[in-house]
Amino acid sequence: MDATPTGTHRTSTVAVTGSDRPRLARHARLGFDRTRQRRILLHPEAVVVLNDSGAAVLDLCDGRRTVTEIVSELSGRYQRVPDAEVRLFLSRLVARRYVELGGRRGEGAGDGDG
Amino acid sequence: MAMDSPFGLLAELTYRCPLACPYCSNPLNLADYGDELTTEEWLRVLTEAGGLGVLQCHLSGGEPLLRRDLVAIVAHAHDLGLYTNLITSALGFSGTRAKELRAAGLDHVQVSIQADEPAMSDRIAGVPSFRRKVEAMGVVKELGWPLTMNVVLHRYNIDRVAEVLALAEEVGADRVELANTQYYGWAWRNRAALLPSRSQLEAAEGVVRAASERLRDRMAIIYVIPDYYSRYPKPCMGGWASRQLTVTPNGDVLPCPAAQSLPLPRASVREDSLERIWTDAPVMNAFRGTDWMPEPCRGCPRREVDFGGCRCQAFQLTGDAARTDPVCHLSPDHELVTRAVEAANSPSGKGRPPLVPRPHQVRRPAGQAGRPPNTRVG
Repeated sequence: MDATPTGTHRTSTVAVTGSDRPRLARHARLGFDRTRQRRILLHPEAVVVLNDSGAAVLDLCDGRRTVTEIVSELSGRYQRVPDAEVRLFLSRLVARRYVELGGRRGEGAGDGDG
Repeated sequence: MAMDSPFGLLAELTYRCPLACPYCSNPLNLADYGDELTTEEWLRVLTEAGGLGVLQCHLSGGEPLLRRDLVAIVAHAHDLGLYTNLITSALGFSGTRAKELRAAGLDHVQVSIQADEPAMSDRIAGVPSFRRKVEAMGVVKELGWPLTMNVVLHRYNIDRVAEVLALAEEVGADRVELANTQYYGWAWRNRAALLPSRSQLEAAEGVVRAASERLRDRMAIIYVIPDYYSRYPKPCMGGWASRQLTVTPNGDVLPCPAAQSLPLPRASVREDSLERIWTDAPVMNAFRGTDWMPEPCRGCPRREVDFGGCRCQAFQLTGDAARTDPVCHLSPDHELVTRAVEAANSPSGKGRPPLVPRPHQVRRPAGQAGRPPNTRVG
């Protein structure tokens, strides 16, 4: 079996498109780490320490905005927001189940209160 | 030596348990853990853990619901900003208790189940529990928690992994953890009975791979590989005392729960602060970094990928915790693992002993005084 060094099954990578509407998975939440003075993404089994732009992207992942809208919103704030980088960042988080893509086939509805 | 703050605390609140699973990783000497930390002591441990940089608090056991103060413990962890994760058999997870835990800020619930149907699940658990677990998973969903269903895989249930996944879908699990048995504690004692055959594993892994693809948008499937069958060892705990720490029911601090089996000096939250233990205690520093490594680990390009594997497994198999994990095909002791695997694949089933259930209760040796436990086993 295709096993990662962490001993878990590797999830296949997912291509994130501009029309996807990403949102945090129900079991993930954003937080702030006082010890390390960094924004973090918390998950049942892991913690991701975020950089500023990563945190800014995730703040906008509300399941309503599309990836294209997120990129354009951040372009107003930052000098340069490469669309491809945002999509790669999100696709890594989707593969690790921190982020879900709303509106795709098979998605359940009505779990917005997580 | 580079030392980071720990990210996660595994709080093993009690080793008492209503179940008697033979794959339990709790220590064999359960009676030594009967003198449990008080509520005040646990709250102090959590405060110190938060101060040390811990972000996640896994509440486990035994059965953590047997602690009457669980809601207070969760509330305190939540107030400290920790992500709280309850790992439970779900026995005792009543509607009222669940609502209290929800109000206290519990983030996530992991419910164990032993198989996909009542007869087998109850037989492995040692008590009728399947129906109550399914009901409890319903309560988890009803109250809006994300649900992880945990299933420990072994020779007796691994052939039913497709049905297990169907159950996870039926109960609406957001995540399902299919963890092949790790051989510590009672599971170590039952290893010869629990270790599956290669053909069982291959069939199960085919099912898991297909299901991961099919359920990609709905459910995360975490599959923990059986390290006895892999070429390289697991990167145990992400390195010794590197990212996580464990506090046992009586206040011992360890890099992982299995480390209680190693001949290292004890460190207890009853005697010292968590910070000083994390930084200075011999039990934490024994295998930190890579300096302790013997060959073939020392010169191996993977030494910071898998950190030489699991110290506890090295100790169990060779009697020396500083040897390369014998699971690694490069280990001079690899034969010890090969032989166990060969026995598991022998068609005769010779030498496959019956399962020994772990006891429910922590019984103190007769005549030994101790603090009364906080609750009875129900």
